[in-house]
Amino acid sequence: MGDRRYTETHEWVEVAGEVATVGITDFAQSQLGDVVFLELPRQGRKLGAGESFGVIESVKAASDLYAPVAGTVLEVNERLAANPELVNKDPLGEGWLIKVQTEGGLPDGLLDQAAYQKLAESGGH
Amino acid sequence: MPERTPLYERHRALGGRMVDFAGWEMPQQYSRVREEHAAVRQAAGLFDVSHMGRVSFRGDGVADYLQRLVTNDLAQVEPGHAQYNLICNEAGGVLDDLVVYRLPDGSWSTVVNASNREKDVAWMRDHAGAGVEVLDRSPDTALLALQGPRAESVLATLASDLDLAAIPYFGVVQGQVAGRPATVSRTGYTGEDGFELYLPAERAAAVWDGLLAAGATPAGLAARDVCRLEAGLRLYGNDMDEQTNPYQAGLGWTVKLNKGDFTGREALLEVKEKGPDRVLVGLRCGERTIPRHGAAVSRDGEPIGVVTSGTHSFFLGGGIGMASVKAGAAPPGAQLEIESRGGAGGAEVVKLPFYRGSVKTAVSSRQAG
Repeated sequence: MGDRRYTETHEWVEVAGEVATVGITDFAQSQLGDVVFLELPRQGRKLGAGESFGVIESVKAASDLYAPVAGTVLEVNERLAANPELVNKDPLGEGWLIKVQTEGGLPDGLLDQAAYQKLAESGGH
Repeated sequence: MPERTPLYERHRALGGRMVDFAGWEMPQQYSRVREEHAAVRQAAGLFDVSHMGRVSFRGDGVADYLQRLVTNDLAQVEPGHAQYNLICNEAGGVLDDLVVYRLPDGSWSTVVNASNREKDVAWMRDHAGAGVEVLDRSPDTALLALQGPRAESVLATLASDLDLAAIPYFGVVQGQVAGRPATVSRTGYTGEDGFELYLPAERAAAVWDGLLAAGATPAGLAARDVCRLEAGLRLYGNDMDEQTNPYQAGLGWTVKLNKGDFTGREALLEVKEKGPDRVLVGLRCGERTIPRHGAAVSRDGEPIGVVTSGTHSFFLGGGIGMASVKAGAAPPGAQLEIESRGGAGGAEVVKLPFYRGSVKTAVSSRQAG
């Protein structure tokens, strides 16, 4: 597994070869509170970097999800349909959202761990 | 700089996620909202609601003054009892909803919404004549809400000299809690049986700790919001505001037009005669639709109103909410469309409340702010 990178909209991406795994950060899940359900894309959908690929609904609010990388959806975490709380319990592991066959590598502007940490500590804005 | 309650350090120590609420740094949740909600519904949850405003009154003219200030009939309230109330402006718009207490010694006090405290106190002072003193007791007091079917047995461990079983719904007593004086009322905002405890600020931590040690689960604002919505209780600022009259908010039962003059009476008399142009209805959605405040509501493609509150109900396993809609446009059973992120979601109009819990119900006074 490679380095994890972060978006300013609180997604994370980890690339292994040409496959990127995408989820939301621990900071994001803690801000959202209990996740109730997710709208995730179908397998095979093409995503542009920064494109909205779904919605996460918590008790508190509905939030759009944005693709950190461009590519094609290879796999959706089917376990979240019955167990959306996995996103709260293990956002960086079992609570991953989608796997993407990447096109063109990681875009510029993604944050490393230190930069994301700083963003989260400043309240996420 | 946000305001903090006397229990701020306790919330931090319990891992509470602190959020801004009406200018106060309050715990949204400590663990999972689902677990805190379950504690309230099945056992006992403990909320710090010290951000709410506590106002007391002194002087010979207080009873008459309050009777003109609020919409419900305080002449019906004996010492040792409380009543759900509204303050309206001259146009009949709701300035706030509040609980008015007549303490066992005959003195009067109220609890108002945190978001309205300064506005309310200014309004109360503006309307107070000679001989009425309005005292904002919020800074030197704390307010805890212990809610759930086990609330009485949990509180009994700290209040052995109080006969808790004898306190009726919306009753209020004064006695010892954890060895010091406190005021205790059988009120709440969750649909469950429970108590609210009025304490000197410096006593808050000891009583909080004692109730947790006796088995209560700390619960945050997120669980409180789910509980109040399931119980069909309105939230000021969401479900009503100064542009809403009590009839539009489904709170006509708190307006006693025959009790004598009070602020807003003339305007409300007119509304009652004509009937409200819009009404508040309950929305029951499926598993994957959550109505959100401000979302447009339509029926057969025709816009009829807006969602005022919504959440996921853990009790029902789906989205619930309230909407303000054109009068007559959405009778119980009607199918509505609710604007949502993933396109339109469906909702059925249902009667409130969504849930009836252990609350010692008295339909005419079922609300506490």
